[in-house]
Amino acid sequence: MHSFSYRANALLTFAITILALMCAMASVSDNFNSPSPTSEVQVLNINWFQKKPDGDDEVSLTLNISANLGSLFTWNTKQVFVFLAAEYQTPKNVLNQVSLWDGIIPSKEHAKYWIHTTNKYRFIDQGSNLRGKNFNLTLHWHVMPKTGKMFADKIVMTGFRLPEAYR
Amino acid sequence: MKSINTAIQESKSFLYSTAVISPMDWQGQKLAEHLMQLLLVCFAVVAFITGYVLRSFQMMMLIYGAGVVLTSLLIVPNWPFFNRHSLNWLDPSEAEKHPKPHPAISGPKKKTSKK
Repeated sequence: MHSFSYRANALLTFAITILALMCAMASVSDNFNSPSPTSEVQVLNINWFQKKPDGDDEVSLTLNISANLGSLFTWNTKQVFVFLAAEYQTPKNVLNQVSLWDGIIPSKEHAKYWIHTTNKYRFIDQGSNLRGKNFNLTLHWHVMPKTGKMFADKIVMTGFRLPEAYR
Repeated sequence: MKSINTAIQESKSFLYSTAVISPMDWQGQKLAEHLMQLLLVCFAVVAFITGYVLRSFQMMMLIYGAGVVLTSLLIVPNWPFFNRHSLNWLDPSEAEKHPKPHPAISGPKKKTSKK
């Protein structure tokens, strides 16, 4: 502590170390949050259902997605990334997951989500297995923190079925 | 006009000579170190609790940032209250009475002689 620059250096180093500790504690405090999100998805319409020239099935859906993800937000949350995936089983793969739509919720005020949309990303199968297929629509979310650990979870909604024949 | 400028220059050089480049005595260094640790930890605790209660990360960062700036203003410059216990170095005349021993030139076992 014998000179100006020595004291300035010591102060900055100590201050930044303490800042790192505070950010770690803020991340740990996220574990005490027990969220209770809800969501509901309806398939309003199958717009078209075809087999592409290269042999893969493709379907276009109109969806009504509503979710209340406000309880996921803590003081250490920057944004919540949410996406909807269709999950089903084929003879070739035990689990297929196709992302149909995603969005970013920037704050708790926007967390009561309601959207009526066609699928943002194409629902294409690896092969031709979708006729009459039962599938789940799963809402996944990633809670992205300002500092520290990211939490991810999901809600599985079952009971959806594709038509037996192409349209 | 010129006298104001020279006054400003003089006070700047005075501040520089006392607060920046002159050394701090030992008690002052100890005080500075303890003060730095105490202030930063206190501000960190207050900032974290305030941010957690108000559910605002930004409040925590603002309070802590203000604390860092305040602490740096308090302990980095060499304020006069750090120099209350100045060291008394020996006078040159006193030092001459106790000269440094001369190193031995030949033979490792030869003792050094003190005058």
